This record gives sequence, structure tokens and C-alpha cells, in this order.
Amino acid sequence: MLQVTGLRCARGGVPVLENVSFQVAAGTVLVLRGPNGVGKTTLLRTLAGLQPALAGQVTCTGESAYASHADGVKTALSVTENLAFWADVHAETLPDDLFAAFELDELRDRLAGTLSAGQKRRLGLARLGVINRQVLFLDEPTVSLDGNSVRMFANWIRDVHLARGGCAVIATHIDLGLSALTLELSPYVAAPDAGGGMDEAFL
Amino acid sequence: MIALLIRDLRLAVRAGGGFGLGLAFFLIVVVLVPFGVGPEQMVLARIAPGILWVAALLAALLSLDRIFALDFEDGSLALLATAPLPLEGVALAKACAHWITTGLPLTLAAPTLGFLLHLDGAAYAFLLLTLLMGTPALSMIGTFGAALTVGLRRGGLLMSLLVLPLYVPTLIFGAEAVRRGAEGLPTAAPLMLLAVITAGSIAFLPFATAAVLRINLR
Repeated sequence: MLQVTGLRCARGGVPVLENVSFQVAAGTVLVLRGPNGVGKTTLLRTLAGLQPALAGQVTCTGESAYASHADGVKTALSVTENLAFWADVHAETLPDDLFAAFELDELRDRLAGTLSAGQKRRLGLARLGVINRQVLFLDEPTVSLDGNSVRMFANWIRDVHLARGGCAVIATHIDLGLSALTLELSPYVAAPDAGGGMDEAFL
Repeated sequence: MIALLIRDLRLAVRAGGGFGLGLAFFLIVVVLVPFGVGPEQMVLARIAPGILWVAALLAALLSLDRIFALDFEDGSLALLATAPLPLEGVALAKACAHWITTGLPLTLAAPTLGFLLHLDGAAYAFLLLTLLMGTPALSMIGTFGAALTVGLRRGGLLMSLLVLPLYVPTLIFGAEAVRRGAEGLPTAAPLMLLAVITAGSIAFLPFATAAVLRINLR
């Protein structure tokens, strides 16, 4: 479903990863691992199309979505309004069982600004349930979630997202409890003199 | 696009959204002018078109840096960039929301404030018309400026420097049409040029804005 060959990506004009190749089949999860700064976020942003790759190819069948460290939650809107917005933008309807799946039932009408960090994160993740995309690129989705919420999220990934034929690439430091392939990124770190992206390096 | 427009309008009227800020600023600037230049009716009537236009321009500038900055900070801009809505559409929706919350109220309030400055009776229609035609250009050019400086610390200051020179043609032709209207001179030329600037910026700047956003999101 997702095929990556010889990918090289840069952050701020400096190449961080090179020769990254992997594939993710429908219904499976790939977990990215590696120490801080190895380039997990850069790789995910490149896969999601937010920044161009220096070299290599990304072939993705199915529409993709990206979720970053920031949730994109508007504090002045209520939980329902936040989700309804993303549903509208993606021309989807807001499924009612979603609130239960992400334990947001009692928070429906609360302003997102009054939510705790973990609740806000759950709201950010619930967006993924609204937009109905097949390929998910998730950057540390479990930050600030408690153990129970992590299990709830892993269950949603397995029982809903993967069950309908989706796939996901997740950068995380913790064990999600999913049966997933793991890609350790350390061997792919680009050589310091690999060059490339010089035009940006000057700026 | 409609969804984004509605969300932005809703955010603008909620707490901390800044709706009415530009309008209040416009009001205060225009009210301050007679204190500065004295109450002579002749002087005020002469400078009224220029004052109203400059004040409208500054009021529009006031809320520009919020257009993309807030969405950039909370991550929604990156999410919007990966959504099916093209970034050109995002730019247009943002400019439209800015115009509805700033340009439109300014236009509607301007005749009242023109009265405070003893604006010539014949000029009211032209004031309303030029602002209606010119403020969409202010919002669109400002959206482009906001996209250029998104993600920069204190980007609002740099944005003012970038955007104000681009506002000059709109200001010149807008104020000129009102002045000519007040003096009973033909106004077709400045009105047409004003319309050209607005139409041109709405046609081209969404693409430029989207390109700039893509670079800034890297």
C-alpha cells in the first residue's frame, strides 16, 4: 500500500536520512524507532508530502493523512465543533460512535481550551477517525496519554483502522501493544558530508 | 472552503478572536484626527478621503498577522496542507474571512465616520464604493504577506513593512476616487484601476500565497 525506495530527506537543508526503503501492506502497522533527532519527524513529513524528498520515491495507493506533535485543536471551539470542521473539510460525516471510541462522550460540548493535555490529544487523535484516510502518518501519537488511553488508541488502530484495510506508519518510543513491524532508523542516518539542499543551507 | 470560512468566522467572534478590533481602531484613529489638525470644517473636508482610507488600511493591517500565525502554531496549517482542500483554497478562504471580519465592517462604518470629518455630501457614495472595491485587495495582499512571514518570531512587524508598500496603489486610487467624487470630477479612471488591482490580486495572489505556505511549511 505504501512503498518507499531509496528515500533521502533533509531538515533545514541538512540531509538527515538516506537510502530509506520499506513497504507497508494494507492492514499493517510500521513503527519507526530511533533516538531523538534521528529524523523520524522529517521522514513522516516527507512521506506526508509536506516537504520534498531529496531523492528516492514514495508510492502510496490510497489517500494519506498526517498527525503531528501539535493537534491542530482550536481552543475557542468545542470538541464537537473541532471534529465537525475536519469532517467538513474532508467531506465526511461525523460518526457518532467516534466520541465513545476516544472517550470524548462527556466532553462533547466542552471548549477545547478547557481540556487537559491528554484530553486534547484524544481530540486530536479522534480527528483521524473523522477524516477516514487509509494511510496514516502519526508522529508520537501517544504523547501525554495515560496507559488506558494508549490502549484505547491502539485498539482503535487495530479494530477500526486496520480492519477497514488501512495502514499506518507510527513514530513512537513506547510499546503500543500492536503486532507491528519495526524499522530502526539509526542505520539510515545520512553521512555528514552527503551534501544536497545547498540552496536552503545558505538562507 | 466553506467549512474553513465558517470556522474562521466562528473563531473571530469567539473570545480572543479579535473581531471588532480593527473597527474600533478605525473609529479611534478617525476621531483622533480632528484633535490633531483642528476643527476647521474646510480643512477636515479636504483631508477626509485620505484620512478615511489611511485609517481603513491601518485597521486592516492590525489583524493580518493572525491569519496564518495561529493555525501555524497549533499545527492546523500542516493538517490543512495535507487535507484534500488545496492550499490555494485555504488562502482564498482565509482572505475572505479576514475581509468579512475587517473590510466589510470598515466599509459599513466609514460613512458615519465621514460625517465626523465633514466629508462632502457627494463623496459618501464613492467612499462606500471604493472601500467595497478596495478592501478585498487589502485582505488578499495581506494574506499573502501573512503567509510570507508565517512561522517567524515577531513576524507581524516584518509583515507590516512588506505589506504596506503593496497597499500603496489601492490607497492612491481609492482616496483619489473619493476626492474626485467630492469635487464633482470624473471618477471612472481611478475606480477602474482600483477594480483592476482587486481583481488581479484575487486572481493571482491565492497561488502565490499557497506557494509561499508550502515553502514555509517545509
